[in-house]
Amino acid sequence: MPKGVTHMATPKTIIDKIWEQHVVHQEENKPDLLYIDLQLVHEVTSPQAFEGLRMKGRSVRRPDRTFATMDHNVPTVARHIINDPVSKKQMETLQKNCEEFNVPLADIDHPDQGIVHVIGPELGLTQPGKTIVCGDSHTSTHGAFGALAFGIGTSEVEHVLATQTLWQARPKSMNVKVNGQLNPAVTAKDLILAIIAKFGVKFGTGYVVEYTGEAIRNLTMEERMTVCNMSIEAGARAGLISPDATTFDYLKGRRHVPEGEAFEKAVDYWSSLASDEGAAYDATVEIAADEVEPQVTWGTNPSMCIPVSGHVPAPEDGHSAADKEEIERALEYMGLEANQPISSVTVDHVFIGSCTNSRLSDLRRAAKVVEGKKVHPSVKAMVVPGSQTVKKAAEAEGLDKTFTDAGFEWREAGCSMCLAMNDDIVPPGERCASTSNRNFEGRQGNEARTHLVAPEMAAAAAVEGRFVDVRSYLTAPV
Amino acid sequence: MEPVKHHTGLVYPLNRSNIDTDQIIPKQFLKRIERQGFGQFLFYNWRYDNEGNPKQNFSLNDPAYEGASILVAGENFGCGSSREHAPWALQDFGFKVIIAPSFADIFYNNCVKNGILPVQLPEEQTSELVKKAESGNYNLSADLKNQVVYDDTGFEASFEIVNYLKEMLLNGWDEIAVTLTHQDKIDAFEQAQEKTTSI
Ligand code: SF4
Repeated sequence: MPKGVTHMATPKTIIDKIWEQHVVHQEENKPDLLYIDLQLVHEVTSPQAFEGLRMKGRSVRRPDRTFATMDHNVPTVARHIINDPVSKKQMETLQKNCEEFNVPLADIDHPDQGIVHVIGPELGLTQPGKTIVCGDSHTSTHGAFGALAFGIGTSEVEHVLATQTLWQARPKSMNVKVNGQLNPAVTAKDLILAIIAKFGVKFGTGYVVEYTGEAIRNLTMEERMTVCNMSIEAGARAGLISPDATTFDYLKGRRHVPEGEAFEKAVDYWSSLASDEGAAYDATVEIAADEVEPQVTWGTNPSMCIPVSGHVPAPEDGHSAADKEEIERALEYMGLEANQPISSVTVDHVFIGSCTNSRLSDLRRAAKVVEGKKVHPSVKAMVVPGSQTVKKAAEAEGLDKTFTDAGFEWREAGCSMCLAMNDDIVPPGERCASTSNRNFEGRQGNEARTHLVAPEMAAAAAVEGRFVDVRSYLTAPV
Repeated sequence: MEPVKHHTGLVYPLNRSNIDTDQIIPKQFLKRIERQGFGQFLFYNWRYDNEGNPKQNFSLNDPAYEGASILVAGENFGCGSSREHAPWALQDFGFKVIIAPSFADIFYNNCVKNGILPVQLPEEQTSELVKKAESGNYNLSADLKNQVVYDDTGFEASFEIVNYLKEMLLNGWDEIAVTLTHQDKIDAFEQAQEKTTSI
């Protein structure tokens, strides 16, 4: 402990503070019973939970702390033509469940509709210090505000609906410290991809991760959301950032955020949540921000990622027999040659969207790259705003026009090609530069090949038809 | 939930690491609103080609593994999406025990909530099991009460499981009913919270 503070209480992390403020009940040999302040709900992981309540004659304890939307399955063109009867039924079921259990719903026609992790923050439902869950692994996004937010399964969704609590073992804490500053035109997406590439897809398993350091402090809220969003791709159920002035500025004036004096009081409380100087973590990893270059994934999980100046690895680069086999299988699935420069890889599709990168600033940065240019003739490119609110704001600035003039399609809000549950599918064998968060086999369509990148890298790939370093591209067009 | 105590069954080895829930059950099958019937879609894109014909080179299609109820896989099993459809599909297909060197957190919990026993063993032991099972017709037993898996040729390995989850599996608890016995505490928590914070 540093000199002079020995009289103070033990320094705590934000994770400790939020946890301790939410324990309802503790008992030996059991996890803690943790209070959940907010549950977000979508159509895919909730029907069986509501059905479970119905079967047992249970109700939703706090409909006012529950909020639902439709995002995964919604069409992004011709909003009301849902060809698949099973999809249609799933959406109707959410509508019916929300009516029956009095849960507020932003349905397909609602001006607030959008990807659940985009609209929570947008509406000010997401706030520092809250415990937030959703039947969705990217719930970690909300951690950007200094909330403890994590994904849960459908049985747990039902549990929270019925009790507003969850039995949770206290997680271990990890400090992911990002030292120094990011270079110009290197984005939050590149940073989180580089972190996962460096430490692997399971370094966060069993931990709640707090991102700290100068580079993190300098990020905007939307960039922080991009970082926290992908915590689960490192195995961490939750990733968060201590709140600061950037957080409070973003929240001020949003619909569900307190106003006036109550806002000032809230800021005092929120400020008290930040991790204390000298707080102990169960683990710490560090990365230098200025090492990070624009990234492109080459394989079938997000850690299979290289700088845009790099080469695809060869099976020999694997550290173990299992590694070698994994690289070999990924190369085969992705249709890539060992040691091939990633800049020689051509793309057929470009998808700008998803809860990782579909906010206004993402679209602005991508639009800047494509402004006055044309999408390469062999590329099909689309932009899917994260919410109707983002869409409207982008249209007010004319971003839609920039994109459509360049040859992009401009769509309605939803998850779309991030998981291809609706009709936005990458056909077998085709290759997509995508701003989403998962490059798993088949994620964007059976046998589809996904390369994860930042929005500006996706935009440049759309114009060039292959991966290029957007930095040289921005200063001296190829 | 059905209680889980002891199980003996045929072992199916799937020696890959980082098997994500998108592989366990692809998204096109997440549209159903029921809990049942997902087994037919398990590992769909690995089991079937684009025309829906079984792929000969995927071992789960090998008749030797028909009726398998214990799955042995590589590390970080069940990573990715939180979809509970993954354990629903595994269970509906007939799997009751899953053995791996490590599991993704959400998936592990989802298994327990559905009465599937996740067994975490060191890699040397899972590799040994994979080897035995690859020659086919290999049976294993899992005894949750004593936290061991064993076969009749002398293999025996003990595993760890958090006591609370063990009890839940052994007793087949309805967790919500358990929690509702603490309703007074939840009420009190909410009252106190409304006084102190502005949520
Ligand atoms: S955009 Fe993709 S990752 Fe995000 S919630 Fe939707 S499907 Fe999940």
